[in-house]
Amino acid sequence: MKPFHYARAGTPEDAARAGAVAGAKFIAGGTNLLDLMKLQVETPEQIVDISRLDLNQVEETEDGGLRIGALVPNADLAAHPLVRQRYEALSRALLAGASGQLRNKASTGGNLLQRTRCYYFYETGDACNKRSPGSGCAARDGFNRIHAVLGASEACIATHPSDMAVAMRMLDATVATQLPDGDRRRLSIGDFYRLPGDTPHIENALRPGELITHIELPAPPPGRQLYRKVRDRASYAFALVSVAAAIAVEEGRIASAKLAFGGLAHMPWRDGAIEEALVGQAPSDALFATASDTLLRDARGYGHNDFKIPLARRVLIATLKELTA
Amino acid sequence: MQFRINGQTYAAEVDVRTSLLDLAREHLGLTGSKKGCDHGQCGACTMLVNGRRINSCLTLAVMHQDDEITTIEGLGAPGALNPLQAAFVKHDGFQCGYCTPGQICSATGMLDELAKGWPSHVTADLESVTFTDAEIQERMSGNLCRCSAYPNIVEAIREAAESQHLAEAAE
Amino acid sequence: MSDSTTLKMDVPVPASLLDAGTQGLIGRPLDRIDGPLKVAGRATYSAEYALPNLAYGFLVQAKVGRARVTGIDTAAALEMPGVLDVVIDLDTFIRNPQQGGSNKAPTQGVEEIHYFGQVVAIVVAETFEQARDAAARVHVALEDKPGLFEFDARLEEAHKPKGGSTEPHVATGDPDRALAEAPVVLDAVWTTPSQNSAAMEPHASTAVWEGDALTVYGSYQMPASDKQQLAQALGMKPNKVRIISAYVGGGFGSKLGIAPEVVAAALAARKLGRPVKTVMSRQQVFDATVRRSNTHQRIRLGAGADGRLTTVVHETVSSNIEGEEYFEPAGVSTHFLYAGENRRITHDLLPMDWLLSGSMRAPGEAAGMLALEAAMDEFAEKLGMDPVELRKINDPEQDPLKGVPFSTRQLTRCLDEGAAAFGWKDRNPTPGARREGEWLVGHGMAASARSNHLQESQARVSIGADGRATVETDMTDIGTGTYTILAQITGELLGLRPEWIDVRLGDTDTPPGAGSGGSWGASSSGSSVYLACEALRAKIATAMGCAEEELTLKDGRAIAQNRSVPLSSLVGEGLSAEGTIKPGKLEEERRQASYGAHFCEVRVNAVTGEVRVNRFVSTFAAGRILNEKTARSQCIGGIVFGIGAALTEELVHDPRSGRVVNHDLAEYHVPVNADVPHIEVHFLPERDQFANPLQSKGLGELGISGAGAAVANAIYNATGVRIRDYPLTLDKLLPGLPTV
Repeated sequence: MKPFHYARAGTPEDAARAGAVAGAKFIAGGTNLLDLMKLQVETPEQIVDISRLDLNQVEETEDGGLRIGALVPNADLAAHPLVRQRYEALSRALLAGASGQLRNKASTGGNLLQRTRCYYFYETGDACNKRSPGSGCAARDGFNRIHAVLGASEACIATHPSDMAVAMRMLDATVATQLPDGDRRRLSIGDFYRLPGDTPHIENALRPGELITHIELPAPPPGRQLYRKVRDRASYAFALVSVAAAIAVEEGRIASAKLAFGGLAHMPWRDGAIEEALVGQAPSDALFATASDTLLRDARGYGHNDFKIPLARRVLIATLKELTA
Repeated sequence: MQFRINGQTYAAEVDVRTSLLDLAREHLGLTGSKKGCDHGQCGACTMLVNGRRINSCLTLAVMHQDDEITTIEGLGAPGALNPLQAAFVKHDGFQCGYCTPGQICSATGMLDELAKGWPSHVTADLESVTFTDAEIQERMSGNLCRCSAYPNIVEAIREAAESQHLAEAAE
Repeated sequence: MSDSTTLKMDVPVPASLLDAGTQGLIGRPLDRIDGPLKVAGRATYSAEYALPNLAYGFLVQAKVGRARVTGIDTAAALEMPGVLDVVIDLDTFIRNPQQGGSNKAPTQGVEEIHYFGQVVAIVVAETFEQARDAAARVHVALEDKPGLFEFDARLEEAHKPKGGSTEPHVATGDPDRALAEAPVVLDAVWTTPSQNSAAMEPHASTAVWEGDALTVYGSYQMPASDKQQLAQALGMKPNKVRIISAYVGGGFGSKLGIAPEVVAAALAARKLGRPVKTVMSRQQVFDATVRRSNTHQRIRLGAGADGRLTTVVHETVSSNIEGEEYFEPAGVSTHFLYAGENRRITHDLLPMDWLLSGSMRAPGEAAGMLALEAAMDEFAEKLGMDPVELRKINDPEQDPLKGVPFSTRQLTRCLDEGAAAFGWKDRNPTPGARREGEWLVGHGMAASARSNHLQESQARVSIGADGRATVETDMTDIGTGTYTILAQITGELLGLRPEWIDVRLGDTDTPPGAGSGGSWGASSSGSSVYLACEALRAKIATAMGCAEEELTLKDGRAIAQNRSVPLSSLVGEGLSAEGTIKPGKLEEERRQASYGAHFCEVRVNAVTGEVRVNRFVSTFAAGRILNEKTARSQCIGGIVFGIGAALTEELVHDPRSGRVVNHDLAEYHVPVNADVPHIEVHFLPERDQFANPLQSKGLGELGISGAGAAVANAIYNATGVRIRDYPLTLDKLLPGLPTV
């Protein structure tokens, strides 16, 4: 870990100003940032401690949604009565992630900003366009069992590791921010994340100093929700494939379908074409096969991760069956 | 810098880079909390900060000057073990002992979470949390034990919880 | 007044003093005497000694798979605040750890890089944070060389190893002809990956010099030989080196020999004139300590239609750094586990530019029985037999290779009692036939066997004027229960309660013990304590004026001839005796091993291939059980290692550099609490008079032996999918699962 200047911010505005300095990073829970700093994958010169900002409430909004402070710990968000009642997929996604200790520390905003678990990103000696732009991608011809099968690029095949973000994407969350110039803005979660393209080191739309202050959820989608995570051990492991879903069936037809996927891409994956294909149709094996074909129409494996393609198909079909049963 | 640990005030001048774990182990002589991975991947460093269990390796000491910190040393002493510690001895909830302080701190925080009715990954109905072995196992999965005392750890926690009527509180 | 007794196991010990004791400690499930210290966080592990003027070392690694060091630029590191020095000694640093039990230094000299992450220097600073950062700023200039990073394609380059504790190639009869003639034959290949012990405490050493004498607080399984290794590596006389390993946070083989951090710390401490503490990071433990070798195992079995084995062929290849001749003895239990007059068991070795391979929990059996016991399952199916029955009818009368009798062997009884306890007869033998919702349910079993070893071990037992006893040996307790067991033996033989006994372990200034490894610890060090106590009993009898046979020692009193006096009144200013146990002829004259049988139920998710072990029942026979509680824990721990081997554990070597890609505990998946079911362990009563005076046998590695194969066999029963490439991760199962 390289030395850095440490300062505690008093307000979101102060934080954003302090964070706009080159080489600055916010710290909230620190569970991912310090992990990476110890390995010098992250080398901030300035650490802005935002952990004491007053951003830790979960409030109901007028339109029946939720406004979640960026510093609400993952554990608290998962256990919040309104989240449990109305956003089961979110609660379950949070509970499927990490460990009790980490969920107590990790913040909602920080969770969105988790960096990939790519083995080559984590080792500073290896080529990685995400860590060191232009150095190449050691994962493509290396061991890529945990890597992306959708939306990857020549430059990067990393996945986003968050479970929570997958549920947030399914739930159409909006990211609310504070800018250094005093302005605020709101970004849909789909616009917040980026695919790797030629610039995998740029993972989201945040500008220098821009601080996530809240995550806003619209009123819960109709129907039943679930979050299903497939991993290598029963607990405390990152997703190989995951799905967050909310499906409503009315009079024998799918009235509403929202689906997002983890473990497949550089960002929580959402594909409107699947949802379009499902809505208005009667549930059937053929329909579910079509939906999974749609999800995986451009899927590509890199060897060790080829299995994610059939796995995602199976998980999607099982999920649709369960929620339409 | 000043820290409140196990009800005592400690003063130490440390690098801003110093983790809460290294503060305790290297600067304050509180070596009960263990370093197994230094990356939040094993749980051996678990402490209670304001009553909540966290990985002390993944947080900066400088961020905890206003907090009430509890380490294994604050839970009991060899001649005066608390019920959870005693249950770990009785049920052989450890072998080499290196993960054990973390297991016990984690179990302490975990039982509190259960008592508050927090759900877990294995909770069938998010609105209704029950006290089962499966709940203990899932909630303790952030604490690796390579000696694999897991079944004994579950027994120890169950017995200690039942003796403290925490099970009923959770239901 | 001190005395010594030595016993070489040339003849059996049919009457053990443990059966004559009246204190009632032996075998009882006593709580660990070191338990209160451990649960209160007061047991002192290697990196936890408060020493004045301590400096912190952090290791510098070469991050390339095969190369030569052409220069090390330390300027940037030396300029940093708090940095005291960057110590480089390309000749003296050890290239890799040493194997267990060797009295020699491991390979020294680090100019040539033979594996990714090899340690080449150490940075020393005032604080840990300064040293860690500075280490990242040391630039190691390297000239790349072509490396050996491909295993499968190079199998034919494997050679017969020169060394090893097991004979690399053995054969009897005419296995090729017998196979050609056998009515039923199985021929298949299994592979197992590299694994890491992943003990929770990372390797750590604190080196302190006083003049020309070195003290190391370190994490070691075998301090007596580690001291020899370290002395030779540093060019010192062994009597100038002292190792202290009072508490060891797990070993599982990884701490048998010295590792790079201790030599680096010792050299740095000597140069700086300050104590230096060096703890390997978790990533460094994965990169630069020791792995269990990957294996390639071809097994061929031949039998008549009745299932009686005529032929057993087990040909294995493992890997190591070129010139390191340790091989994974994967066929070691195949030597004697089943009948068959025609046998060939071979171990070949393939040089790889991967980190050192060495002993990890149950070297040989752990990897080998993943293959052998899966082969037996397949063979039973081929024969249309119950797999328990196949094993029973092939339970040989004597060692089928050496033709010597077994010491004790209760494999068949383990199989029978285990099957009954598990309810094996109720299983459905048809694969893929039982489904509960999304979950396919299956049952599997495997036999367990682990060779029993006795290791020379010495201990001193003293009785003070106050009547308390002290046990001293540099034996370690790595979680195995040594502290408690030695107190139990001492208490039983001297008539003392455990709380009156101080057990002092892990200090090489005390008599050299066996160390912890090879499941020999309890039997070997326990026997040395037994012998010391036996000598003390003779002295007490003399003081009492009675014959030894007349003497009863109980609750701190000596009783004989209608007299009962406090022990303290007989010892004057104190008595002391040393005991030494040595392996003898019985090692060769009897095949000695512990046995068991595993039964388990698994659930396999029909959608995802995720596996959950649901139930595990194992029955073991391992001689006298010294402490039922710690013995059970050892067995459970071994079984869980087996579950990990079957399902998740794999060190992945990058195909271009050999680098351990998943070198942390997030990505090297050891089982977590939620992976482990309730585990039922049963012990059969047994005494093995050929093993040692305690009549006990090894237990710490018995649990893992065969356990993973039971899981694999259950997965087959659940799904109908046979995977011979461990671990059985879900990606391998998916193609064989039913459509959703």
